[in-house]
Amino acid sequence: MPLLQESLALSAILFVVGTVGVLIRRNAIVMFMCIELMLNAVNLTLVALSRQVGIEGQIFVLFVMTVAAAEAAVGLAIIISIFRHYESVDVQHFRLLRW
Amino acid sequence: MVGGFGLNTVSGLAGQVAEGGGFNPFLPAWIILFPFIGFVVNAAIAFLAPNQRRRVSLVGPGVLGLALALAVINFVLLLGAGESEPVVRSYWTWIEVGHLRIDAALQLDQLSIFMALVVTAVSFVIHVYSVGYMQKDPGYARYFAYLNLFVFFMLVLVLAANFPLVFVGWEGVGLCSYLLIGFWYSDPKKSAAGLKAFVVNRIGDFGFLMGMFAIFAYVGSLDFIAVFEIAPRALQYGGAAVTMITLFLFLGCVGKSAQIPLFVWLPDAMEGPTPVSALIHAATMVTAGVYLIARAGVLFALAPLTMNVVAITGAATAFIAATIAVQQVDIKRVIAYSTISQLGYMFLAVGLGAFTAGIFHLATHAVFKALLFLASGAVIHALHDALHNAREDASEAASQDMRNMGGLRTYLPTTYRTAWVAALALAGVFPLAGFFSKDEILWAAAAHGQTVLWVIGVVTAVLTAGYITRWIVMVFHGESRVSSKARKHLQPAARVMGIPLIVLGVGSLLAGWMNVSGALPLLPEFTWLHDFLHPSFAGAESVLAAHVGEPSHAAPLGGGEGTWAVISTVLAAVAIVAVFRILSERKYARAKDAVAPTGVMGFLYHKWYVDEVYDALIIRPFQALARFCWRVIDRALIDGVMVNGTAAVTRVMGRIGSFVIQTGYVGSYVLVFLLGVLIVLGAVAF
Amino acid sequence: MTLISDLYHSHWIVTFLVFFPGLAGLLCLFIPARRVKRVAFYAALIEFLVSAPLFWTFTIGDTSFQNFVSIPWVPDWGIAYSVGVDGISLLLILLTTFLLPISVLVSWEQINEKEPAYYAMLLLLGTGMLGVFVALDLFLFYVFWEVTLIPMYFLIGVWGHNRRIYAAVKFFLYTAFGSLLMLVALLVLFWLHLDQFGVPSFAYADLLRVSVPVALRYWLFLGFALAFAIKVPLFPFHTWLPDAHVEAPTAGSVLLAAVLLKMGVYGFLRFAIPLFPEVALDQRVILVMLVLCLLGIIYTAWVAAVQPNIKKLIAYTSVAHLGFIVLGIFAMTGASVTGGIIQMVNHGLSTGTLFILAGLLYQRRHTYEISDYGGLAKVVPLFCAALVVTALASIGLPGLNGFVGEFLILLGAFQKYPWMTLLSATGVIFAAYYLLPMIRRVVWNALDKPENEKLIDLTRLELAVVVPLLLLMVLMGVYPKPFLDRIAPSAEALAEQIYSARQLRHDPVEGRLVLRDAPSGRERR
Repeated sequence: MPLLQESLALSAILFVVGTVGVLIRRNAIVMFMCIELMLNAVNLTLVALSRQVGIEGQIFVLFVMTVAAAEAAVGLAIIISIFRHYESVDVQHFRLLRW
Repeated sequence: MVGGFGLNTVSGLAGQVAEGGGFNPFLPAWIILFPFIGFVVNAAIAFLAPNQRRRVSLVGPGVLGLALALAVINFVLLLGAGESEPVVRSYWTWIEVGHLRIDAALQLDQLSIFMALVVTAVSFVIHVYSVGYMQKDPGYARYFAYLNLFVFFMLVLVLAANFPLVFVGWEGVGLCSYLLIGFWYSDPKKSAAGLKAFVVNRIGDFGFLMGMFAIFAYVGSLDFIAVFEIAPRALQYGGAAVTMITLFLFLGCVGKSAQIPLFVWLPDAMEGPTPVSALIHAATMVTAGVYLIARAGVLFALAPLTMNVVAITGAATAFIAATIAVQQVDIKRVIAYSTISQLGYMFLAVGLGAFTAGIFHLATHAVFKALLFLASGAVIHALHDALHNAREDASEAASQDMRNMGGLRTYLPTTYRTAWVAALALAGVFPLAGFFSKDEILWAAAAHGQTVLWVIGVVTAVLTAGYITRWIVMVFHGESRVSSKARKHLQPAARVMGIPLIVLGVGSLLAGWMNVSGALPLLPEFTWLHDFLHPSFAGAESVLAAHVGEPSHAAPLGGGEGTWAVISTVLAAVAIVAVFRILSERKYARAKDAVAPTGVMGFLYHKWYVDEVYDALIIRPFQALARFCWRVIDRALIDGVMVNGTAAVTRVMGRIGSFVIQTGYVGSYVLVFLLGVLIVLGAVAF
Repeated sequence: MTLISDLYHSHWIVTFLVFFPGLAGLLCLFIPARRVKRVAFYAALIEFLVSAPLFWTFTIGDTSFQNFVSIPWVPDWGIAYSVGVDGISLLLILLTTFLLPISVLVSWEQINEKEPAYYAMLLLLGTGMLGVFVALDLFLFYVFWEVTLIPMYFLIGVWGHNRRIYAAVKFFLYTAFGSLLMLVALLVLFWLHLDQFGVPSFAYADLLRVSVPVALRYWLFLGFALAFAIKVPLFPFHTWLPDAHVEAPTAGSVLLAAVLLKMGVYGFLRFAIPLFPEVALDQRVILVMLVLCLLGIIYTAWVAAVQPNIKKLIAYTSVAHLGFIVLGIFAMTGASVTGGIIQMVNHGLSTGTLFILAGLLYQRRHTYEISDYGGLAKVVPLFCAALVVTALASIGLPGLNGFVGEFLILLGAFQKYPWMTLLSATGVIFAAYYLLPMIRRVVWNALDKPENEKLIDLTRLELAVVVPLLLLMVLMGVYPKPFLDRIAPSAEALAEQIYSARQLRHDPVEGRLVLRDAPSGRERR
């Protein structure tokens, strides 16, 4: 299995980068991109392992990409409408998730 | 097959004939339908063209004339048929569930036809009178619509063939009474009086309803014929069941016929137009209770305890109302209390088992009491117009207060003469109507050995003669207390109002002769009413005969009926003369200068403080309780503590949680989420 | 002709009636706002016109379910689309379809914002209500039961008055709480059935055969009864009702009072009592229920008597009336159950009309306070005539519809519980005491508020709404026989079924709490 270890390592790094990004950045767009990054890290894992496990991994990647695209559409729309309201995409500024 | 609104279930207005005897009623449904048509037409006019007075004047009394004609025809047919069985005409099935079946059916027998005759005759006269009395009222059409509707329901009441249908009429007349008392609704006092009448009556209706349920539970039917046939076999004489049934029914009668303790609504009902007082609150509706007891005579005869309660209530009411009447100053309220008192006599009669005497007094009373009311209406009408034209205080309080009257006999001669006839009839002076019927009642008390009730009856008769003479004197005799300016404007009543007075006056003179007791000295025995009504009361009388025995022929203090009839008449005459002598001399202060009497007279003037006592003991505590239920139990306890309390607790828990964990920052959520994932993964791994 | 007759004897008619309003409501969402009410009205009218012949095609005396069908929906779980009509549900269905076009007309002038969504909700509510009345599969019933909740929540919460959010949330949480308990009870019943018969089924007829362990029986009954008692509402679960009524738009109030509350009574009649006849006939349970009814009748009558707000007053009278109805149901005699069912219709008509009239007043003066009115008879005679007649029907004046039901309920109940009936019948007195003072202060008295002098009387549109209701009130008061004929056989059959069920169904071993201990269905097979 060439490059499997490397691929998994890369995806782990990408995932951590994404996670940390979500945790520490305040700009919603950046956070959003970090989430995408995490998704792609998972995709990479799936593709890498599909060699061993079977074709399902690659099929699953297609699903994830579809969901990611949909998510991008909805998420960006939300962010834009938030921006229209507050003229800011800094997540510290809106705490609507709190009752 | 499918049933429904097809013709197979409604057999048309011809009705299904249950043949009995030779009596074949002539269009009985139309007796009821004519007033109803009048109601529909007048109501339509009231909404669409309220100024069509001529049409209303034609339709309103006209339909009553037709109904009266039909009643007379049926009465004559019935007379010709001899002692016939009741005829039941069933039109459609009203309510049917399981073995409960209630038809919209009329029972035509001696009692119902006689009552229908009384009702239509008095109603017709009063409708004609109303044409004059209400002529200038803006609600003319509405008035006649209500009045026609009332007669419709009253006829349903007396002609119905089963208890629930009687109840339809019973509630219907109550409704019309409510609407007519509050006819001039803009005055809060009048609308309050209407409301009071309805609510107090409702207490009685509750009794009527319970009575019906009990009858159905014990007898298994609600049709008159079936119930009265089964009851003597199914119900034990004096048993708890029949006593309960009759006490409940009697509660209904107490409400409708304004007996103790529910009489308080009737004096207030005088807020309505005077013809309404004459028709509803004197001649017809308030006597419905007497009719019901007479109709259900079999049941009452089976319950000696109830009979005693009825008789005692009647006697007590007769006495108390008469004492109150002695000190009233409102021209109509005197007669209102007199009505309560006379109704008490009727209850005394039926409570003693003298059903015919009760119905007899009902009929004569309908005539002379209607006349008294119409006469006071003529007085009020004339005085009101005069005061109005003289630009003086023409308010109701001023134009109905007898202290503002006096000496009106020269201005209103017809009214004056007919009022005397009615007053003497009420006082029981020979040979007017009241003499014969009241004598029968008093004698029934004596003959049944009810000494106390009999004495109360005689004393009340003397009081009656007294207060009605006071009434006459204060209104018509003595020095006039009407200002000289207003006196110039006094006009006698119009012909359309005068003729009904005369008709009723003639009635008051003659009505008593339909039944002359054989015991009266010098008079031919003529027991027509007894004989006529006999088939209707035969069931009840046979029960009484089996259990009570024959009444005696001597009074408790000795002497026979004839002797005591003479004595009571003499007493009444003495009272009339004495009161007349004394009061003609007295100078009354006008209403605004008058001082309320004190002592015993003050007690009577304030009507035994019954309204005040009810207000303090029932109405106020009830309202306080209702407020308490709403504010404390409903809002504070159930809604505040239990419902919103639960919500509040939840919210507080949520607040606590949110302050600690829920910061609102996306980042912190992700962090917690991540930690959670790590913990789960860790748990899986190790 | 035979085609139509066949149609009316098949389930298609029922299926159409249930789903047509919902689909029409969906359509409403895509129609321009200014035309949507017309479309909604025609849809509702079609619904009513289609439903009306059911009254005649219904076979009188047949106590089984007519127009019955059972189509598997989720066969693995025994869930089916089963619907049918019998004497108990027939008139409630017709009442619902009758009130749909009326509630659209009532909203005509009152609702001016978000109209497509409003009419969509109104019609969706129609689907939910009709579904509840026809569903004969308990899962399906539960779905429809919850479906009614959502549109009503929005009707109150979006188109209501000032405190609408509070009222909507209260309404939703209160009733959802009850229905969740019902869901639990329902599932337990399902598992019991699976255990005893080895096949999964939510079918009404199947679940009727389940024998429930004694100790469990009371809890399950409680689960159902609580849901229904909240919906009815019985005292002391009634406090959501005045708030919901006061805040709801008129059409919401009308449907809430006329139909939604009846779902609770219907639930008792159709499910809680037949499923657990032993509990429903337990003297202690009956005593509790009758006392709750009695309190509902007397206590809410008192509370109603001192309300300053017209709508709140009517809402409390509703509770009192429903107390009478449930009294009739639990007295379980043929007459009292028949009376209870016809009274549901009567109450729907009279209270619905009262709410409509109150709404018309609000439309003119923007207040529900009784003290803001007075002497209206002078300016708006037609309106006042309608109000007085409706109030009298509500009071139970014979000759109008309210009396028939009240009379039958009390007459039937008296045969078995004379003392309870005696006390409840005092409600007859209070009925006059709470409604007539309101009438007095609104209709009669002096016209002393200048704002009231310019009120306009009922318009043609409003007459078109009110007159049919009034006519029906008179018709059902004077000639209720056709209606009773359709109800009585089913009501009597039900009463009989309850009594015989208690005798025939033998009790499983007493006192076992755990589900697994119930007799195993496989062994029995």
